[in-house]
Parts: sequence; structure tokens; C-alpha cells
Amino acid sequence: MVKDQEFLEKKASYCLGLAKKLGATDSSVIVDNSVSETVNFRNKKLDESNRSDDLGISITTYIGKKKSSISSSNLLDDNLNILIEKCVETTKNTPEDEFNSLPDQDLLAKEVKDLDLYDDTHIENDQKIDYLKKLELAASNDKKIVNTESSFTQRKTNFVLANSEGFCSGYKTSSFTASSVTVAKDEKSMERDYEYSSKCFLKDLDDANELGNASAIQTIRKLSPKKIGSEKIPIIFDKRIAKGILSTFASAISSSAISRGTSFLKDKVSQKIFSDKINVFDKPDLLKGLGSRNFDIEGVKTDTLKLVDQGVLKHYLVDTYNGKKLNLKSNGRCGGTSNLYFENGNISFKDLLNLNSKSLYITETIGHGSNIVTGDYSVGATGFFVENGEFKYPINEITIAGNFKDIFQNITLANDLEFKYATNSPTMLIEGMVVAGK
Amino acid sequence: MSDFFEKSDLSRKEAESIISDTLQKCDDGELYLENSKSESILLDDNKIKNSSYNSDLGFGFRAISDEVVAYSHSNEISKNSLKQSSENLKSTLKSVKGTYNHEIPKSNKKYYDNINPIEQKFLNEKIKILNDVNDYLRSKGDKVKQVTANFLGEQKSIEIIRSGGETLSDVRPLVRFNVSVMVEKDGRKETGVYGVGGRQSYDSYLKDENWKSVCDEALRIASVNLESKPAPAGEMKVVLGPGWPAILIHEAVGHGLEGDFNRKKTSAFHNLMGQKVASEGVTIIDDGTIDKRRGSLTIDDEGTPTEKTVLIENGILKNFMQDRLNARLMKTKSTGSGRRENYRHIVLPRMRNTMMLSGKQTQEEMIKAVDKGIFAVSFGGGQVDITSGKFVFNCTEAYEIVNGKIGSPIKGATLIGDGPSILKEVSMVGNDMMMDPGIGTCGKAGQGVPVGVAQPSILINKMTVGGTKL
Repeated sequence: MVKDQEFLEKKASYCLGLAKKLGATDSSVIVDNSVSETVNFRNKKLDESNRSDDLGISITTYIGKKKSSISSSNLLDDNLNILIEKCVETTKNTPEDEFNSLPDQDLLAKEVKDLDLYDDTHIENDQKIDYLKKLELAASNDKKIVNTESSFTQRKTNFVLANSEGFCSGYKTSSFTASSVTVAKDEKSMERDYEYSSKCFLKDLDDANELGNASAIQTIRKLSPKKIGSEKIPIIFDKRIAKGILSTFASAISSSAISRGTSFLKDKVSQKIFSDKINVFDKPDLLKGLGSRNFDIEGVKTDTLKLVDQGVLKHYLVDTYNGKKLNLKSNGRCGGTSNLYFENGNISFKDLLNLNSKSLYITETIGHGSNIVTGDYSVGATGFFVENGEFKYPINEITIAGNFKDIFQNITLANDLEFKYATNSPTMLIEGMVVAGK
Repeated sequence: MSDFFEKSDLSRKEAESIISDTLQKCDDGELYLENSKSESILLDDNKIKNSSYNSDLGFGFRAISDEVVAYSHSNEISKNSLKQSSENLKSTLKSVKGTYNHEIPKSNKKYYDNINPIEQKFLNEKIKILNDVNDYLRSKGDKVKQVTANFLGEQKSIEIIRSGGETLSDVRPLVRFNVSVMVEKDGRKETGVYGVGGRQSYDSYLKDENWKSVCDEALRIASVNLESKPAPAGEMKVVLGPGWPAILIHEAVGHGLEGDFNRKKTSAFHNLMGQKVASEGVTIIDDGTIDKRRGSLTIDDEGTPTEKTVLIENGILKNFMQDRLNARLMKTKSTGSGRRENYRHIVLPRMRNTMMLSGKQTQEEMIKAVDKGIFAVSFGGGQVDITSGKFVFNCTEAYEIVNGKIGSPIKGATLIGDGPSILKEVSMVGNDMMMDPGIGTCGKAGQGVPVGVAQPSILINKMTVGGTKL
């Protein structure tokens, strides 16, 4: 069982009290506990079971404008005594930084809404095993599938965030995640692909058959890929890849990258960085949302932000420290975005495939090829050659490259948005990128 | 060394009896205890941005029966907690009828000293060096717009208690010092990053103002990139410099030679043992025994002493890297490659220091042999799909080669290739093998572990360069 609020609050207030006694002028603390239970299957047999029970505490102490922090998984009082003493001592020896402070009192979250983030249901390992048996049976139906691996995780977490200004709040969350990874083989090639479902509530999880089937179909269609020549060609990103473009956008508008001057989107607020039709939202109060929350990791309340309005950048993602540096108020984005998404475009998936006579449909990228200082982008890619709206043949061992400044201006979105992850995008067409192949 | 039972209501004797009781009919398993202390001190934007300290304590209890692994971990080293874990393991492995394998090799060799690098230097000294780094780089001219420098130090004490009470332990120091610098010229911004580290004290890298060479290298890379042109797109010859570019070896063949993927037949290499997988003259080893290196270990996380494992000898595939589980199921022995990020994770076969050994040619000969291609000197990260064998890595410093001569620097581009065939495309192996500076972290199944790489300069006949210039 995950620890209750009372236990976490008691630890938090003990730490705040001790920090004050030892000379801290301000302090904040996060205490959290997560308990997860995982069962892994491979080729229709039990492969692994894993139970984790993780406790953690992290404390930041301030003496005026000096700051230091410690974290530990050992919550016994005598260990906390040693650590907090060390933390206050380190704080004294750390140089001042005029921007260090707790968040402004008036920005702290006043109420905690029930966002439907916790399902008390407990699923026993035997039930997980039943689910995975069904999933792998569906996944291994076709004889081209030579290996199946699947996994089911139940995770329950609870936390308390407290600071010396009197803020003290936290709540439980849960997640149920099932995944399937399949390997298919033919004379010429061996390929792997996956499907996955993660929900706050057990009853919302995808059906085991569907998950297994989807994984197998996506793997088999990748067999016997070809390598194509180098050329400029329209690229279509599957939803699972398209969300990565949003993640890069989010890191480029984080107030830390902006205040340090290390982002290609510095000084771009009020400027048009996407084409007219593009709107981007970050919505923290989505019911059952995988990125939903009442406040950020500093306790600052989070409201919905329309980050991009008809192509124009409206906000950075601001935390307390970098906000003070940039002369901006925190908008509750310390630790990043919540449920970040592109609003739907106005054409169907099918019409998007038909927009060009030839295009590449990308289902997977590999490599860490996004540079947020310059905006340069270059990654390895796998996918399909599309002609007249039809998938013709699989392709691999190619790279796609461009610069985000151009990529952002050349995006067309389909109208098939769904909330499968915390960050979500409809299927995305990008024109003007360069493919390197043969 | 940590005494894990000192402040617990659980005595060592009681723990041993729970372990032996839980594992009696299992094939393998152990209790893994870990106490780690780490610090991070970061200078950024002219200020000490962060000074933090972490202390982590916990255990992971593992029971293995045939192919099935049951694992349970917790932060609380107590009678209740260990008993609860034991119940979890027993409920997964309902009917076990194995024979516990007590055999574990012994060695007296140690590859690093029993030190705590964090305590060896005062906070004030570390802060002073970071400030000196900032001043030094910013004194190099107006083009330096941003400097980030940090120290990461760690001491990890582990103990492994096996069924029957056999105990193995290790104390592992690890440090890292990194510098990142951003420069700007005519509105164009570029960064350069460099770092050093290993299993020793900070002093080995910082005495006599050694840190200046780290700064100089980061600034040099950033300055080169200010002059870079768009990279070419398409297949061409690639010369790799010595040292850190060996992450090509790590991605292209290293992961594919890990025991688990080959037991499960999901690696592109699983049916190639004894066959030619690389050009003649290519020998690749994975070595956990190099003194004070980042990827070295006295014993692995199952207690097996590490070794020097020959993976590919003169082009022929000789061995996979094994932990105890995969070795048993593949009827071979552990190569001391069983590793985990920490007590929260199960053991997997992992790389340590992966190295391609020197050949006879010189780098000049390689450059001369290329009409049109690129010369890649430094890289960011890489990644591999072990099933299809396709791998990538990202250049952070590279030049075009035209008619046997090094030309202009080119923008960061991704290089993509095919693991099982790329080493057959190696046509020259240099005489200049070099270790990386000690900065690598390898990710697998969500677990990061410190690793090293090494290689001489090599010439690859054909690779796809992911630039934008057609």
C-alpha cells in the first residue's frame, strides 16, 4: 500500500521544523512514495515479476539568497538529522544568487481540484497474467512473429509538497500500463515494433487482443524494408513521433533555456513561429489526463495556457527562479508542461496522405538529433514510402534533417488527435525536409 | 564500508536465514544491498546554480527459477520489509524445483581505491575551481556567451549476500567534470562540450590547473562549429577519429552482442557466432579490468569478478557478454557483465569498456584515401535498434574531406548504418588507439550505467550521412 497523506505530511513538517531550527530562513520539501508491481511475459510464458516500493525526500534550504538541496531514500529521523544539518551547512558555504527564492505567496495553489487521477483498484498478478496471455496469443497469431514480449504495470503514488510559507498539499495518482513488443522475421530481415496503452483508471486500459494485434500488424508490415535515395520529399510523422516535435518545442521555450540564451526561440514571444493554422495548448486540468496536475513542483498553481495562437508564440514556460531573472511571473511550469497538445487540423488522416503524390510516412526515429541552440534537426528514421495515399513498401536506414525554424512553418496537421500520452499531436505533415539514403 | 544492518531491527544472521529459505529451490538469486552518496555542483550563467547531495539506501531481492526472474526492492532495510519481499518472490515462483548454483569465481584484484571522492575536497575548493573555469573561458573573448561547468561525485558501496551466507562487497568511487561553452558570432550560436572522469578522486583531473585543457577543448569545438557549413546528405566514405567516436562500436555491435538479446534470438547477431562479422584486422574486446576507468568494475553486480572479454577477434565473432542468468541458459559462463543502475533494477548483461584494438595504418593514409567523404572527430549520443541492426550517432565535430584533404567543418549530422555489416566496411584500422575521456553513460531498458569506449582512427567505406545538402 502506498503511504498515506498523514505519514508524508508528518515527515515534511519534521524537516521544515528542523531546517528552521538549524538556521534556514526558508525551506521546501517534497516527500513521495510510489509502489509499483510489474509482470513481464515472453513467448507466452512468465518472464519476470517486479515489485518496487520507493520512498524519497528532497529538501531545499535557503539562507537569504543562498540555496542548497539534498535528497534521500532513507527517511529515518536520525538520517534526516544528519542530512538537513549537512544541507544547511552547504547552504552557508554556497554563494548568493539574487534570484533564489520560494515562489510568490499569491501564486501558490489555493485549492486542489479532484482531477480523477487515482483509481483505488488493485489488480492481482494473476489477473495481469491473464491479460498478458490474451495479449500474446493475439500478438503471435501470425507465424512471421518469432518473439513476443509484453508487460503490465500497476503504479500508485502519493506525495506531499510543503514549504516554510505554509504551503502543504499533495494527492495520490495511479497508472495502469500494458505494452507489447513483437519481433517478426522473413528471409531478408528481422524487425521489431510495439504498441502500448497507459491510463489512470484500469477500466480505461486498451483491450488485450487489440493491443497484441496492433503490435503484430505494425511489426509485420516493416519486413523486407528498402533503402531509398537522397532527396527532398514531404515527411508524414505518425502520432507517436509527431509528439516529439512538441517536446522539442517545449524545451526551447523553457524559461531556463531562454534566460541562458541557449534557445533558437529566445525573444520570439509575439512572433509567428508556426504557420497560421497552428494552435498549441498546455492544459493541466484534463480529467484523467496523464500529465494533469493541480500545481507545479514548486506549488505554483497551473492554468491552461494557449502557448501558440494562430502560429504566434504567446508564452514561455516559466518557473520562479528564471521568471525573476526574465522579469516574468511563474506560470506554474517548473518541471515542464502538463498535457501539451497541438489542436486538431482540419483535414482527415486519409486526405493528409493524399496531399502529395509521394511522401514518406515515419513510424520511428532514432538518435538524439535535436539541437535547441541552433534549431538543427537530424535523426535516423524508419517508415513507409507512400504513393497516391497508399503505403507502398517499408523503408529504413535513412536520416531526415532540417531546421526547426523551417519545420515549424511547414506543418500541416490532420484531425485525429487523441490523448494517449501526456504530450500529444495529430498526424503531422512536414514539407521541405531532406532525406539522406543511398 | 557500509554496515547495512547496523541501524536495522534485522540482524545479518536473520537476513541470511530469510535469503537461504527463499532461494533454497531456486537456480540462482541473491540479496543486493546498496548505499550510495553523490553530489552535484553546477555553475551556470555566471553563478553557482546548484549544490546538491543525495544519499540513497536500499535493497533488491532476486530469485530465479529456470527463465523466470522475481524481483522486489525497497528502501527500508527491516525485518518486515525483507519478509514482505520474500513473500512476493515466493508467490511469483510458485513451484520451484531447481538446484542453487553456489559457484562464483574469486579474484583478489582491485581496479580502484576504496575512497570517497566527495569528502576528499572541500566544497569551497570545488566552487572556486568552477568560478575559475567561468572566468578563464569568459576571458577568451566576447564571443563566449555562456559557460556551464559541473562536478559530479559518487561513492557507491554494495554488498551481495547469496544463499548459504556467502558475501561479496565492493566500494566504487566515480567522478566527472564537465564544461559546456556557448559562443556567438554575427548572430550565430554554437556550443562545445567536453568532460573527463573516472573511478578516482577529482584531484587526478584538477591538479596543476589540468581543468584548463578541458575548457580549451570545449571552446575549440564550439569555435570550429561557428564556421561550419551544412553537412552533405547521402552515402559516402567516413573517417572516424580515435577515442570517443568508438561509441560507433558500442552502438553498432556492442549492444547486439549482449547475452540476453542473443538468448532471446532478437539480436541481429544471434546466429553469427564463429562467423566473419568484421573485416580482417578488426578486434573488439569488452574490458572491465582497466585501472580507474569509468566502465571498470572489480566485481559486477552479481559478484562475478570482471574480465577482458574478446568479442570479435580478427573479424570473427568469438563471445557474447553474459550475466549469470543468460550464461546458465546458454550453457556458458558469466563474463562478469551483470550490471544494474542501482538496487531498484534487475541485473542485465551490459558493456564495461568496449574497445577496438589498434591496427597498422595512420590517420593521414585514411584521409588521403578519400575523394569525397567526412572526417568525424567528436560525437554526442548514439542509439541502436538491435533487431534490425540499424544504429545512429550524432556528430558534434566533423569536417568534409575533398580529394584526400580535410576541408571545412560541417554542421552536426546524424550518421546511420547497419550494425552487422558496418564492420565489414572497415577498410583501414589506425595505429593510434585512444580511450575516451571518461564521460559515457549507456542506457538500456531504462537503466543508465557508466561505460567507456576506445578505438583507433578507422576508415569506413560506406555510411549514410544525414545532412541537408543534396
